[in-house]
Amino acid sequence: MSLLKVSDLSLGYDGRSIIKGVSFSVNEGDYLCIVGENGSGKTTLIKGLLGLMGKYRGTIEYASELSQNHIGYLSQHPRYSRDFPASVREIVMSGFLGSRRFGFGYSKAQRQEAALIMENVGVGELSQKNFGELSGGQQQRVLLARALCATRKLILLDEPTSALDPLATADFYSLIKRLNHQGVTVIMVSHDINAAVRNASHILCLDSDKSFFGTTHEFIHSPLGKKLIVSDCPCDVCSKDETVEVSEDA
Amino acid sequence: MLDILSYPFMVNALIVGVLIAVCCALLGVVLVLKRYSMIGDGLSHVGFGALSIAAVLNLSSPIYLSLPVVMLAAFFLLRITENSKINADAAIAVISSSALAIGVFIASINGTNINLQQYMFGSILSVGESDIVISVILSIFVIAMYLLFYNKIFAITFDESFAKATGIRTKLYNTVISLLTAITIVVGMRMLGTLLISAMIIFPALTSMRLCKRFLTVIITSVVVSVFCVVSGLFTSFTFADIPVGATIVIFNLAVFLLFLLVSAIRKLLTRKPKE
Repeated sequence: MSLLKVSDLSLGYDGRSIIKGVSFSVNEGDYLCIVGENGSGKTTLIKGLLGLMGKYRGTIEYASELSQNHIGYLSQHPRYSRDFPASVREIVMSGFLGSRRFGFGYSKAQRQEAALIMENVGVGELSQKNFGELSGGQQQRVLLARALCATRKLILLDEPTSALDPLATADFYSLIKRLNHQGVTVIMVSHDINAAVRNASHILCLDSDKSFFGTTHEFIHSPLGKKLIVSDCPCDVCSKDETVEVSEDA
Repeated sequence: MLDILSYPFMVNALIVGVLIAVCCALLGVVLVLKRYSMIGDGLSHVGFGALSIAAVLNLSSPIYLSLPVVMLAAFFLLRITENSKINADAAIAVISSSALAIGVFIASINGTNINLQQYMFGSILSVGESDIVISVILSIFVIAMYLLFYNKIFAITFDESFAKATGIRTKLYNTVISLLTAITIVVGMRMLGTLLISAMIIFPALTSMRLCKRFLTVIITSVVVSVFCVVSGLFTSFTFADIPVGATIVIFNLAVFLLFLLVSAIRKLLTRKPKE
């Protein structure tokens, strides 16, 4: 079932289009990776999808059952003040806001869910710490936990691994993969094209001349994919089976 | 000491002062954390310009002119601050000094019937019945907003684009907060003066952030600090009749800030020692 359908979309700043005529669609349960050079408009596209900026041309159609408070979001450069007086737990819990209308506090179910998410992301023991005292990587995980609290059907991630070390990055990818298996649709901007083709079901490669959109399999065998990807194709169709993955993981 | 309560103007000043102190502290926490502190300063200067014009026009209640003008200015200053293309702090500085200059210019041309010093540094005597009514309604609004929407205010203050992306109407909240700030400043500046009212917004939040590390405790401590400083300032100003109340209140704010700074420095020293 289609969750999101973008047709002929143009977005930009100050009257200058950064993205021109991009079309793609996302079905429920898809895992879409958006790749492309610096300045190709990946972040702009994410902001456009979230309604954080106006569009010049084209349409973005959301499925009627997808409301904005079902969407989780992790931005590339969150703008928060470093000395903000709040605990990790408070910040993670603020992800639930879209689904609650009034008052202080949160329900018991929400508190339990938040505790579980913090455990999964690896910030469980930090929950009473001051957000400002954490390292950049720890803060990134906290913001991921907040995004997960907000996520019901769809999560948008803008270069989520930029502040993480390699081990944390691997953890992160498997966490997102697990989330995707649970039925959450994932849209992720990534620089790491090899990780993108390993995890994603679909690829959108933004390019000033001609953008590519298709399944990962189609991308790998496209001229653009052949140019960008160094490794062999790990997909079922090419039946390279597990030897490829083992050698890559080692 | 309590005989000051037998003076009706002091009772008026105390009521308005405490209510404005609560509003300033509550709104100030959000403004300071969102890096919007300059908005308060800009608004008070625009308020000064509006008051001067109101005096020239011989309006019976200058507040009828200054209130809408400052609210309009709040709306524009917010848009300027939100727009990343404009250099917001420079723009606000230019607007506030221009408004101040226009105010001084008009007041000087018009001559004797405007008391410049009273506008600049405030006066207890200028607090009237209408100020009490406005500040009661205002503080009910501000307190109710913080009680009902505490979580949303937290989310918007911490990270506005995330809040917006997950479906919170951030523009509405920002506009309401800046309009309430405008009203608070217009009412408060009569007592504290143009030059000192913005300190009431910034100081309590800054002071409580020295010691408190949670949003809620920062808010509560700010309110307590703010009310304490206003009440002490009023009593001091009443005891030494020649000192404008704005100055005594700001000096109390500064003293409490320095005290909190000292305590936090001592606390840091104490927690560091066992490690070494």
